[in-house]
Amino acid sequence: MNEENPLWASESFWKKVAIWVTAGSFLILVVLTFDSLSQTEVGGKRVQAYSVINKKIDYVYQANLHKFMPVIGETELLFGKEFTEEEAEKLVTLGKKTTQAKNCMNCHTLLGNGAYYAPDLTKAWLDKGWLSKELREDLMVKFLLDPENNARTFGSNRKMPNLHITPDEAKGVVAFLKWMSSIDTNGFPYNFKTIYATEE
Amino acid sequence: MNAKELCSVANAKLDAFVTWTALDRSNLSDGRKLAVNYFIVAVILFFAQLLFGMIAATQFIFPNFLYGWLDFSVNRMVHINAMVVWMLYGFIGCTYWLLEDESGTEIVGLKFGKLAFWVLTIAVAIVVLVYLFIQIGAGNDTTLWLINEGREYIEAPRWADIGIVAVVLTFFYNVVATFSKGKWSGIAGVLTLDLVALAGLYLAGMFYMTNITHEQFWWWWVIHLWVEATWEVLVGVIMAWSLMKLLGVRRKIVTTWLYIEVALMFGSGILGLGHHYFWIGTPEYWLTIGGFFSALEPIPLVAMVVHAVYDSGSHAFKNGNHPALAWVIAHAFGNFFGAGVWGFMHTLPQINLYTHGTQWSASHGHLAFFGAYATINIAFFYLAIQHWRGDVWMSGGTQNAWRWKWALGLLNVGVVGMTIALLIAGYEQSFIERAVEGSTWSGYFSAQNHPSFQSAMVWRWFFGLMTFVGLILLIWDLLTIGKTENRKVIVN
Repeated sequence: MNEENPLWASESFWKKVAIWVTAGSFLILVVLTFDSLSQTEVGGKRVQAYSVINKKIDYVYQANLHKFMPVIGETELLFGKEFTEEEAEKLVTLGKKTTQAKNCMNCHTLLGNGAYYAPDLTKAWLDKGWLSKELREDLMVKFLLDPENNARTFGSNRKMPNLHITPDEAKGVVAFLKWMSSIDTNGFPYNFKTIYATEE
Repeated sequence: MNAKELCSVANAKLDAFVTWTALDRSNLSDGRKLAVNYFIVAVILFFAQLLFGMIAATQFIFPNFLYGWLDFSVNRMVHINAMVVWMLYGFIGCTYWLLEDESGTEIVGLKFGKLAFWVLTIAVAIVVLVYLFIQIGAGNDTTLWLINEGREYIEAPRWADIGIVAVVLTFFYNVVATFSKGKWSGIAGVLTLDLVALAGLYLAGMFYMTNITHEQFWWWWVIHLWVEATWEVLVGVIMAWSLMKLLGVRRKIVTTWLYIEVALMFGSGILGLGHHYFWIGTPEYWLTIGGFFSALEPIPLVAMVVHAVYDSGSHAFKNGNHPALAWVIAHAFGNFFGAGVWGFMHTLPQINLYTHGTQWSASHGHLAFFGAYATINIAFFYLAIQHWRGDVWMSGGTQNAWRWKWALGLLNVGVVGMTIALLIAGYEQSFIERAVEGSTWSGYFSAQNHPSFQSAMVWRWFFGLMTFVGLILLIWDLLTIGKTENRKVIVN
C-alpha cells in the first residue's frame, strides 16, 4: 500500500472483495437451501402430509410463542371420505395444478404472494365467510363451479369470473386449500379468526 | 379489401413511416443494428405494459369493465410479463450495443444473434396471443406446457421457457466469444459472470411442484435473484459503460466502483432473498437472516447515487446527450428510492407481517422497476438514437427539446404519483385488513371498500394516465429527436 494508491481505493482489492463476498454469500445460501428444503418436506413438522385433509385444521394464537400456529385435531373428513396418503396427494395435486392453470395468482395471493385484486388464499379454508364447518365444503365447491351466480363480493362489486372449473377440479382446489391452511407460516396472517373461533 | 391488398397497404404505410423517421441504418454497425431491433421491441412491449396496466387500474374502480372478456388476471399478467420481457429486451439490446465497443471487435456469431432475436420475438408474440385469447386451461400438465404456468412473473408456458433458455444461451455465447476474440476488461468479466447467474437462475423456475412451500422457495430464487441481484449488477455494468461514454469518466474509476457495487449488491442481495422466506412455510431463521441482509440492500444503491452525482458534478455535466444523462440521474435516484427506500420500509419481518401481500408491494414494485430498470433502458435508447442519427448534438437547448423534458417529467411524476397512491392504499390495508380485522375475507373487503382505498385507486388511475401520456411523448421524441440537427457531437 502506498499513499497514492491506498488499498481501499485499489481496483484489485475490490475485485477480490467482490469475488469473495459473492462466493461466500452464495455458499451460505446453498447450505441454507438444503436445510430449508429438508425442513419443509411434505410430511414434516412445518408442511403437513397431504392426508392432513382428513383432519380438523385450526389456526390458534400460542401465547408462549407470541404467534398464531396451525393446530391439527381429530378426524374431520373432506367430502365424507377418508383419503389414503396417495389419494390425498393426487387430489391436492389436481387442485394445485388447477390453481396454476386458472391463473388464480394474478388476482389472489397464495401464502401472501400474487396479485391484490382478491383475498389471500393462505387460510381460505378456515375463513369464517363459509358460515359453518358443515356448509363450508359444499359452498366452496358451488362457488368454484359457478362464481357468478354464487358471487361473494362483500359489497365490492368485484366478481370472480367463471373459470370453467370441473367438479373434480373444484374438489381438488378445496383439498389443496385445506392442505395449504395447515402449513406453518411463522404466524402469517396475524390475528386471523377462524371459522371455529367464530363458532365457539 | 382482400388480404393481399391489405398487406400492400400496410407495407406502404410502414415505408412511409420509416421515411418519416429519417433514421439512417447505415450509421450503425451490424452489432448495433441487432441491438436496435431489441430496443424497438422493448418500446412496443413498454407500450403494452402501460396499456394493460391502465385496463387493470380501471378494473379496480369499475370491476365490470371488460369483465368476462379481459379479466383482471389476464390484464395483470400481461402488464407484468410485458414489463419483465421489455426490460430483458432492453438489457440484451444494451449489451449488444456496448459489446463491440468494449471488446474492440465485431460480434462473433451475429447470424445466431439475429436468428435468436426472431425466435424470441415470435415466441413472445405467440405467448401473448395465447394469454389474451385462450387465457386458461384445464388443471393439467398440458395447460402448464402450452398455455400458462400460473406463476406470477414467470407465467410463460414451459415450451416458451425452453425457448428462452436456448435464446439466452445463444446470447451468452455471443458475449463470451466476442470478448474472447477481442479483449477482456473488468466490465466484460462482471458482465459475463452475471449473465451465467442470470441464465442459470431461470432454470430454478422451470419445474412443477405440488408442495407450494418448495415451489415458492425456488420461484423466489428466480424472481429475487434476478431483480434484486443479477439485474442490479447488469445495470451497474450498463451504467459504468454509459458514464465512460457520456461523461468521459476514467475506466479505472468506473471499474473500481463496479467491483464495490458488485460486492455490496451480492453481499446484501443474495441472502436478502430471505425476506421472501418469512411466511411461506420456511424455517424461522429466515426472519433474522432475511431481515438483516435485506435491510442492507439500500447501501449499494446509495453508492450508485454518490457515484452518478459525483461523476456528473466533477465533469460539470458537460456532455453531448442531455436526455440520456437526465435519465441516468433519474435512474440513480429512482433505484435508490424505489428499490432501496421503498423496499426497506417494509422489509423487516415485524412490519412485513402486516404489509406482506398488500398494495405496499405494488407501491414498491412500481417505483422500483421504473426507477431501477425502466430509466436506465430509456437512457440507453437516447444513446442509441443519437448514434443512429449520425452522432448529432442533443442538448436541452435544441429545437423541440420540450418533448424529452416533458416526457421525463410526466413519466417520473406519473410513477411517483402512482407509488404514493398505492402506498396510501397499502397503509390502509395493513391497518384495517391486517391489524384490525386479521386478514379474513370480510377484513380484506372492508379495506377494499374503504373510501381512502377507493380514492387512492382513482388517484393511481390519473397518475397512470399521466405515465401513459409521458410514454407516448417519449416515443414521439425518440422518433424525432435530432432529426433536424446538423451539429455533430464529439463522441468519447
